[in-house]
Amino acid sequence: MRTLRLPRITAGWRPIATILILAGALAAVARFTLGLGATTNLSDEFPWGLWIGFDFLGIGLAASGFTIVAAVHLFHAKEYEPIVRPAILTAFIGYLLVVLVLIIDLGRPDHFWHPLVMWNPHSVMCEISWCLMLYTTVLSLEFAPIILEKFNIHSPIKWIHAISLPFMIFGVLLSTLHQSSFGSLYLIVPNRLHALWYTPMLPVLFFISCIASGLSMVVLESLIFSRKGRPFLPTRLRANLAKIIALALAVYFVVRIQDLLSRGAFREMTTLTYYSVAFYAEILIGFVIPFSMLVFEKVRTSHSGLYSASLMVVLGFAINRMNTAITGLERYPSQVYFPSMIEIFIMLGITAIGFSAFSFIAEYLPVFTTAEAGQAPHQNEALSRVQEPLLLPPECENPRPS
Amino acid sequence: MVKKKAMLIDISLCVGCNACQTGCKEENGLPPNEEKYLSLTAYTALSKHNDLYVRRMCQHCDVPTCVSVCPVGALTKSEAGPVSYDGEKCIGCRYCLQACPFHVPKYEWSSTKPSIRKCKFCPSRIAKGLQTACADACPTGATKFGDRDELLLEAARRIQAEPGKYVSRIYGEQDVGGTSMLYLSPVPFEQLGFDSRLGKIPMPMLTMSALSKVPNVLSVGGVLLAGIWWITNRRTEVQAYESSLKKGDVPPHEDDA
Repeated sequence: MRTLRLPRITAGWRPIATILILAGALAAVARFTLGLGATTNLSDEFPWGLWIGFDFLGIGLAASGFTIVAAVHLFHAKEYEPIVRPAILTAFIGYLLVVLVLIIDLGRPDHFWHPLVMWNPHSVMCEISWCLMLYTTVLSLEFAPIILEKFNIHSPIKWIHAISLPFMIFGVLLSTLHQSSFGSLYLIVPNRLHALWYTPMLPVLFFISCIASGLSMVVLESLIFSRKGRPFLPTRLRANLAKIIALALAVYFVVRIQDLLSRGAFREMTTLTYYSVAFYAEILIGFVIPFSMLVFEKVRTSHSGLYSASLMVVLGFAINRMNTAITGLERYPSQVYFPSMIEIFIMLGITAIGFSAFSFIAEYLPVFTTAEAGQAPHQNEALSRVQEPLLLPPECENPRPS
Repeated sequence: MVKKKAMLIDISLCVGCNACQTGCKEENGLPPNEEKYLSLTAYTALSKHNDLYVRRMCQHCDVPTCVSVCPVGALTKSEAGPVSYDGEKCIGCRYCLQACPFHVPKYEWSSTKPSIRKCKFCPSRIAKGLQTACADACPTGATKFGDRDELLLEAARRIQAEPGKYVSRIYGEQDVGGTSMLYLSPVPFEQLGFDSRLGKIPMPMLTMSALSKVPNVLSVGGVLLAGIWWITNRRTEVQAYESSLKKGDVPPHEDDA
């Protein structure tokens, strides 16, 4: 198990993270004192840039939260229980960071609360603000037991458990809505967004791809945390997740290509341009290559194979979101956008905050403990009750009416 | 019922004197220098295409894209026509800049409390029964202010009277669902920098096709998820019960038979 060599985040990462966070903080100070014009490369022609792309990315990768919660708590795939907490933690951190970036990105950060009181039901942005706020609240409820457990406060946990079902359903619905709504943001710019990315199917495509990338994040996490000698998620379960990822990739690919062809974008796809290169980068790295890897059982059960495939899914997903948010809106070569150093440093700093928060919380709070038997007292009953049937021989799988 | 106001801009009559921009700048207290493009200090600007001058400004659409995308309703459409902006509500998301099909709103990028700026369609003058400052300033009648219905009739009359002089199209009559700025041109509009591929359907409809599904997703999705939870939960319960029967931990229940 430990023979393979995966890129490790070793001791060296702490100073790097510290430097990035400090640089990001300085950049943020500059942004707030000097204004957006002096510190970013945004303009009237290009009002949204790197930060919006980062928001898409953060939210998309945090999709692990709702997919795993739905699988385990709503569909009763209890064998994935060990991954629930890391997935919720990833989502929680992802959402908080996205809210942070959004506030930095807003021209009037002091007005960030306005969407909560001044509604415009016709605005996708308004729907997104509401979903973000509500889902972050749901996530904090889902995350609260982890903190409460640490300090041995058990009565609120029972209370949270009692109301958790409607909240989990609500959370899954909210995620479905705003994951797709990020795509809907661009429905209104058919005249600006390049034909390789603009389609009325944008919300559907955003939703399908977030499932693949969210699950890939889960797989990556489980691989990274497997390395301490003990497998964090059994190979079989990870391979199953990989199967679902492959399925999502295939569905996405078919829907996307079919849509492009039906809208007559074949010419765009077959000529070599600035845009088609970006398009093939995302399609090949994020969808075609990882899919053709994941169809093989051998890759799904191998650490390094699965690691590289899911890393490619995440990378391709990132390129896809950046293409939609940036490349597709550029008017190459007359008008292109490249983020300023301050934009980049703020993004890197916030990413570093995310990694540091994850590692800190994973170290001090019981995030990974459900994987070890007998660590989480109030979850044990539930676990033992539901895990037993899974060990039964197949003839017991047919439930008799009682 | 307030009559919908509009402006008819006859490109063939414009001599490029820039009086409209000067009048606009005076009305809005902007620095009086001459500008060629829309900016923070020019809410209207003339651009030259061969020997024709084209004046552009906010179109004040009937179903404005900017109004629909603004998450806080900082942009509003009034019955008389003007699309107005309230900087006190604005959060600075810049979705209006991104979405406006005519690239009209300009942003105060250098400010730490930025607002957007654009043509306001002189709402205070309209309220007083006056015409807009630019129409007032125009010496040739290239810009004519009035009720939208009447201006549309007038435009149709001009085309009919001199069919050779104009292309038979009133830009803004139906584009993106109709706008308050109506244009007549002697040459095809595409040659003058107008986007003629925007279509007749208001842009906000594109978003509504997705947003209108939100209630369905919530209701159908909620029931579906609750149903799946119930079924899978039941299955685990039954399995657990049966396995306990097998092991003989629990005495058989009477209704099992």
